[in-house]
Amino acid sequence: MAADRSRDERLPRRAVVQALLAGRGELLVVAGLGAPAWDAAAAGDHPLTFPLWGGMGGAAMVGLGLALAQPSRRVLVLTGDGEMLMGLGALATIGVARPANLAVVVLDNERYGETGMQETHTAAGVDLAAVAAACGLREAATVRTMAEVGRLRERVHADAGPLFAAVKVAPGKPPLVLPPRDGAHLKNRFREALLGTQAYCQT
Amino acid sequence: MPMNENHKDWPRALYDLLGREGIRQVGVVPDAGHMELIRLCERDAALRTVRLTTEEEGVALALGAWLGGEKCALLMQSSGAGNCVNMLSMLAACQAPVAMLVTMRGDHGEFNPWQMPMGKAVEPVLEAMGVAVSRADRAEDVVPLAEGTLRIAFNTLRPAALLLGQRLLGAKTFKE
Repeated sequence: MAADRSRDERLPRRAVVQALLAGRGELLVVAGLGAPAWDAAAAGDHPLTFPLWGGMGGAAMVGLGLALAQPSRRVLVLTGDGEMLMGLGALATIGVARPANLAVVVLDNERYGETGMQETHTAAGVDLAAVAAACGLREAATVRTMAEVGRLRERVHADAGPLFAAVKVAPGKPPLVLPPRDGAHLKNRFREALLGTQAYCQT
Repeated sequence: MPMNENHKDWPRALYDLLGREGIRQVGVVPDAGHMELIRLCERDAALRTVRLTTEEEGVALALGAWLGGEKCALLMQSSGAGNCVNMLSMLAACQAPVAMLVTMRGDHGEFNPWQMPMGKAVEPVLEAMGVAVSRADRAEDVVPLAEGTLRIAFNTLRPAALLLGQRLLGAKTFKE
């Protein structure tokens, strides 16, 4: 379980997320708390991006509930290694539920970025892609180049899921770009963009 | 099922209620008290029954379901209510609903002392996280209280829980 690349080869997280969300079209996005939510905001705040400001560990499962509710739409979960490690069981649950329209992408900087850059277990060699593969997610891979990120973006839009990728990103902290933080607002704008004004009349 | 027919088959009545109220996703962690209801849900192709590894996954599932326009119910044992605590903060912050049907351990007639701490804590802990909690100890109360729980959840956009007590379920005897 030794780390096999030097840190300076790791990808810039903002460029990775910008590439994954380029031409996003109908894509529904759940961004896990902390840096993945800031990355998604930096790529352009969007009503169909739902950034989480709490509930650490829950991003992948929010994605599953959304993917099951909207089988005709593609759903992308962007989360961090710290959050994914906190809810590893979600990979087993997703592997069993097998939603064809769900992709989980971990932006793996091997750090808890919001709390002082302490190392996570992935820094010690824990392999999230191997865990995901063992749980039955498709083509679960570790991504290390921008060319692979480009292919991952195509897979997120087109391939039968559930998909998983861990993208190794540099542990730096880009400038904060914060999305709105009122949860009721985020929920309402997402549901209205997806369901129309009947979002407010669901009984 | 008319309410006065057979209260003892409350799992079937709860299953019918979930369908009537438009529940589309059901997150489950098994419990003996929910065995029959889980079996009914899993056989129903119109319901998406999601087996969870831990109950907190279900809270996040419910938020995702609601973002996508679907109602979600969770079936769990009382110990699992403790596992949900921080995840419930998402539902409070977002004013998002879920209906939790919680079978109790650690109350009336309990055999296992290790079940008591969480059993006693379920109601105050859920209430502290903003969950509207009711409790059924008699078979004839299950459906009306569950109906009220579902209405609070999806009409007032918050988590709501119905606790199903061991007086109703029968305490585990550890004799078989």
